[in-house]
Amino acid sequence: MTTATASDVSGRSFVDRLKGYSPPSQVLPVLATFALLVGMFGVGSIRYEGFASPQVVLNLFVDNAFLIVLAVGMTFVILTGGIDLSVGSVVALSTMIAASTLRAGWPPTMAVLAVLVTGTTLGLAMGLVIHYFEVQPFIATLAGMFLARGLCYLISVESIPIKDETFQSLSAASITLPGELYVTPTVLISLLVVAIAAWVLHMTRFGRTVYAVGGSESSAMLMGLAVARVKVGVYAISGFCSSLGGLLFALYMLSGYSLHAVGMELDAIAAVVIGGTLLTGGYGLVIGSLLGVLVLGTIQTFISFDGTLSSWWTKISIGVLLLVFVVLQRFFTRREVS
Amino acid sequence: MTHMSADAHPSSGPRPGDAPSDIEPVVEMTGITITFPGVTALDDVSFRMFPGEVHALMGENGAGKSTLIKALTGVYTIDAGTIRVGGTEQQFAGTATAQAAGVSTVYQEVNLCTNLSVAENMMLGREPRRLGRIDHRRMNRRTREVLARLGLDIAPRSRLGDHPIAVQQLVAIGRAVDIEARVLVLDEPTASLDSEEVDKLFEVVRSLRSQGVAILFVSHFLDQVFAISDRMTVLRNGRLVGEHLTRDVTRLELVEEMLGRELEVLERLDREPSRQPDERRTPVLRAVGLGRKGALAPVDLDVYDGEVIGIAGLLGSGRTELARLLFGADASDSGTVELRGRRVHLRSPRKAVDQRIGFSSENRRSEGVIGDLTVAENMLLGLQAARGWLRPVPPRTRDQLVTKYVEALDIRPANPDALMRNLSGGNQQKVLLARWLIMQPDLLILDEPTRGIDVGAKAQIQQVVDDLARDGMGVVFISAELEEVLRLSDRLVVMRDRHKVDEIPNVQTTTADLMAIIARDEEVARA
Repeated sequence: MTTATASDVSGRSFVDRLKGYSPPSQVLPVLATFALLVGMFGVGSIRYEGFASPQVVLNLFVDNAFLIVLAVGMTFVILTGGIDLSVGSVVALSTMIAASTLRAGWPPTMAVLAVLVTGTTLGLAMGLVIHYFEVQPFIATLAGMFLARGLCYLISVESIPIKDETFQSLSAASITLPGELYVTPTVLISLLVVAIAAWVLHMTRFGRTVYAVGGSESSAMLMGLAVARVKVGVYAISGFCSSLGGLLFALYMLSGYSLHAVGMELDAIAAVVIGGTLLTGGYGLVIGSLLGVLVLGTIQTFISFDGTLSSWWTKISIGVLLLVFVVLQRFFTRREVS
Repeated sequence: MTHMSADAHPSSGPRPGDAPSDIEPVVEMTGITITFPGVTALDDVSFRMFPGEVHALMGENGAGKSTLIKALTGVYTIDAGTIRVGGTEQQFAGTATAQAAGVSTVYQEVNLCTNLSVAENMMLGREPRRLGRIDHRRMNRRTREVLARLGLDIAPRSRLGDHPIAVQQLVAIGRAVDIEARVLVLDEPTASLDSEEVDKLFEVVRSLRSQGVAILFVSHFLDQVFAISDRMTVLRNGRLVGEHLTRDVTRLELVEEMLGRELEVLERLDREPSRQPDERRTPVLRAVGLGRKGALAPVDLDVYDGEVIGIAGLLGSGRTELARLLFGADASDSGTVELRGRRVHLRSPRKAVDQRIGFSSENRRSEGVIGDLTVAENMLLGLQAARGWLRPVPPRTRDQLVTKYVEALDIRPANPDALMRNLSGGNQQKVLLARWLIMQPDLLILDEPTRGIDVGAKAQIQQVVDDLARDGMGVVFISAELEEVLRLSDRLVVMRDRHKVDEIPNVQTTTADLMAIIARDEEVARA
């Protein structure tokens, strides 16, 4: 029988405890991502003038608010061991629905509601198919991806500009911070989503069941947990996040277009993985996904600061980073098993 | 136990084991029938449990124990019959409803989430909450209380996966007892515990019994069953064969009831004269200095037609590594292999199959059974692979072969179209054996073919191995059970620390002799 040795901690000096401190293992990957982010900024500030300014950091949030929201939804799904390929298409569909309903003269609140209901319903439908028909999440959400993209073209093949005043003013709005810094309202929304998600995942039964399902679905079932509700729920959450991300994207672009956000689901997955969430489920923190998005954003910032690099370097570096993180995870889980 | 109210156990309660006519059974299952496609797992079985008793459910693998448990715990829905818990009829629509009715379960494999904390594993689903949020502090405190009752001193916040299996097992029991359990099902709870831990577990079981909890205890260890149980129910082939007070039954009577006719096979096997392998001829397989860095030190081995070579040794001694090298499942980096005097290089299992070598892996589930295919398909897999996809096995041949081996190996159910995953472990093993026999190998390597299967099927498989050798096949037989190796083998190869340490003819060898060789000092072994 093993016995804990926690009781003898009190007698040691503070320094001893500091030396002996090792962070809980679930935080390690997130710390790694954070270290990477800091490191990239270090390199950037040495190479390029003005790289490490506060506004550059804030712009990471401003330019990627929608992706943060997507990554949050994706984190829920991946934590259960699933995947959601439909999020990019749902973003495009959301911009189309917003733009077309606004053009048709709907009040902005109704347009927003229509977008959120559509996205959530789509996610819910995919979740039901995945759980009750035992369809692979990959296939079900692939179908959802084609469906949503196809619906975009059904609405219009042309780009639809958004001319609604509320959207226009929201898009132009900025919140001034001390020191001549600013962020947009979309940043606040995305950070609020992160905060709520973190709270749900750690403080509610639903959230802990997400982890339990990811750890072992059959165990969770035998423990009498609400597996069905969670498995369907995460896709509904992802659908909601995609449509909310779509609204933020619409504010960012001020248009609806069928070809918006092509491949964005892969950016979201990459961000989640780089943020330390295991693709097999059960391990990961939503804050990691936020950091993952910031890493992706930093790579883009690098390229725009350099000016001579082709934008394809973004994809190449994301690819390399993803590979490195997946391999690191592999070592991490190997150690876990042995 | 916090949630077991004191009035649930009358202080003047029944003496454990008595059949109290005035006491209502807490569980009453009548006429339970459960069928899977092609298999009747339970056939009109009745079962009852009284409060404050430890009830052992006995039977071989495939007798229907697991199925009965899963019916009681709401995992399976029943096709016929009624289940009453605490006097009210229940329609279990899942584990949650069964738990709500007071039936909680600790399964054979620890069914908890290793990625969550100890406290979460114990409390999740009924954790203390305040305004919708989990009250972590209260949850950890309650966990500490339960752990203390189990005599476990571990931190509630620590991750379950960081603890050894035995501790995880006790946590699972902790979870079960923290629920207001009237019925606690322990499915093979002692499989991964050492004797000290078993004592501790029994202590917990006895204290629960005295509180009026009915405990269903399932174990392969007869000693433990007789030590802890008050009453027992025996199943065989999905049917009820008896219900007894433990003190009224002898061990022999119990075994006879569990095994039925299979016991005779074992006895006959022990009586039969030994085989006479012809060692003057060229060996079917001769390995010289066969080894692989980090896996197996170079080994010499001859296998002749019509003999069984038994390989004995502890787990990790190199038994399995040797088998895999012989079959080409792992590449060797030293030594040579001759088949009937011809030098061959076994680069892959496919190559070995071409050379008429068969290998049944110790990992039946992951390296043998394909659960979603039928018995017939599983059997013919090897033959079809050897023929290539261009030449399908003709339906007539197929049916003949399958029928022949289902009969010859007494595979139950005798239905070629039953799905493999619905068969018990022992019958799955027989199907895998048939897969190789169909290909008529010259040499068959069996790695732990009888592990985890019941005595009856074990005896049948041993019988088959014996028959095969008599018919002239060379067999390499690996088993952790020394008695089994001794019973079957003509020659014994003893492995230790990835070396072959000895090879002796099996003449009047005893398990003590073998153990002495396994435990022998390194220096002596080299001399």
